[in-house]
Amino acid sequence: MSDKNDKKKTERRDFLFTATAAAGAVGVGAAIWPVVDQMNPDASVKALASTEVDISSVQPGQSLTVLWRGKPVFIKRRTDQEIQKAREVSLGDLKHPEKDEDRVKKPEWLVMLGVCTHLGCVPLTDKGDYDGWFCPCHGSHYDTSGRIRKGPAPTNMEVPKYEFVNNNTIKIG
Amino acid sequence: MSDHEYTPSSKFGKWFNDRLPLLSLVNHLTDYPTPKNLNYWWTFGGILTFCLITQIVTGLVLAMHYIAHVDHAFSSVEHIMRDVNYGWLLRYVHANGASMFFLAVYIHIFRALFYGSYKAPREIIWIIGIIIYLLMMAAAFMGYVLPWGQMSFWGATVITNLFSAIPLVGESITTWLWGGYSVDNPTLTRFFTLHYLLPFLILGLVVLHIWALHVPGNNNPVGIDIKKPSKDTVPFHPYIVIKDAFALLMFLIIFAMFVFYSPNVLGHADNYIEANPLVTPAHIVPEWYLLPFYAILRSVPDKLMGVIAMLSAILILAALPWLDTSKIRSAVFRPLYKQFYWILVADVLILGYVGAMPAEGLYLLIARIGTIYYFAHFLIILPVLGLKEKTLPLPLSITEPVLGGSPNLAAARDKVEKIS
Repeated sequence: MSDKNDKKKTERRDFLFTATAAAGAVGVGAAIWPVVDQMNPDASVKALASTEVDISSVQPGQSLTVLWRGKPVFIKRRTDQEIQKAREVSLGDLKHPEKDEDRVKKPEWLVMLGVCTHLGCVPLTDKGDYDGWFCPCHGSHYDTSGRIRKGPAPTNMEVPKYEFVNNNTIKIG
Repeated sequence: MSDHEYTPSSKFGKWFNDRLPLLSLVNHLTDYPTPKNLNYWWTFGGILTFCLITQIVTGLVLAMHYIAHVDHAFSSVEHIMRDVNYGWLLRYVHANGASMFFLAVYIHIFRALFYGSYKAPREIIWIIGIIIYLLMMAAAFMGYVLPWGQMSFWGATVITNLFSAIPLVGESITTWLWGGYSVDNPTLTRFFTLHYLLPFLILGLVVLHIWALHVPGNNNPVGIDIKKPSKDTVPFHPYIVIKDAFALLMFLIIFAMFVFYSPNVLGHADNYIEANPLVTPAHIVPEWYLLPFYAILRSVPDKLMGVIAMLSAILILAALPWLDTSKIRSAVFRPLYKQFYWILVADVLILGYVGAMPAEGLYLLIARIGTIYYFAHFLIILPVLGLKEKTLPLPLSITEPVLGGSPNLAAARDKVEKIS
């Protein structure tokens, strides 16, 4: 303490302080993580990852809404006119440019999460300025490909992972 | 702080107080010197304490009957309303109590804005107050989710989705908050837990709020520093206690009017429909006390910016002691500030109104102007006004207008001139 040189020299005690603090920080972090991570989706929630839907009764122009992972999924059988309308749009006019071809597996069937990308409401089908979907909560308009055209939503409605098991069945997830 | 030493009169009291100075604390609270010119706007602190205790007590007993599960929550609330003895009363007091709590807190906040109670040396009281206000909003929001009606579910969906606006980690945070891929049972159970926890955090902060208040003492309508204890003060008990009690009584009349005559007028009919994740109600509105901020959120056409604007609208209040550059506290002596104050009050009310209306056409335009004005008030008007405004002369003490001199400003002005 009395010696001025003490300040500069790294002592055994400084090392111990640093090592203790570092070990303490890691220990606290390791203790906190389980408390934080328990809030993430649990095994039972993750287990509900896929669902199969029978689409044989859906006529052109009609749509089906099913629940997948607690969220609605829109399965829309589009008319030729709707498909044409979705494909005519130039990418420059889109807020979130995506080709209709990239959003569907079969042009007739549009499968997407029925969740507005703004704040998560369920948009209304066959409504809005672009004859697609309209979100009543904060006024987002989507076109016949589920792409955002007008309003506060930042992106197009999300297309989930899905596949056609056969001509009459879609497996979502 | 009472400046004198306190000694209990009884021998046991002294023995106890030497070991735990609880009696000294009680003595401090009863003798606490309070400015004698406090008006009825100062009674809302006491009213708010009452509101908090009411919410905790009614909430505690409701929790004995409520079931936090998506399959049972809605019916357990109906069970409370129909089967539980006095369940209807307890729930209506709790639900309307939240509204009354916010009504009182808004009056309390706007009183502080008018009389400059947030200024030095009371910044910490003010900031603790803002934190309490934020926790109140969180508690109220999560409480609204518990009945698991349509508004509960979709309100929860919209508010939790605000976090998805955060770049990069937004989606993960939202999933973490939900405990799944949408608002569902894990969300409900954690909201119930937090709804139960937050009031006690608020209670702790209220203690700090009052502690911080008792260091400089109360501000007062004249807004000048006073000596305590002095001719300018009266002891808290019985003077303020009686006045607060009378004000509380008046407040309870209004409270009771809502509970007994229109218990659902502040709620939304859609919340008596059980939550349905497939159908969003045509018109989602938050509870009335959140509407001005909701209007700000919707007035911005960009998702992230909207969320930032809404949060800033609340957080900007915490910076108020430094944004308001005027040394004069009370608006009574700030003729220009007084006018801007009332414009702000009107602005917030208008924002609240358009927040309840659909976000389109004229409503959207008004919301945008209202939002811009709201921020301009704090970021431009207040800093500039403090430097430019010609304020009226302050009286030398609060006793002067009350006893010695006349309340007349000209008289006060004369005296200031004589002295200077």
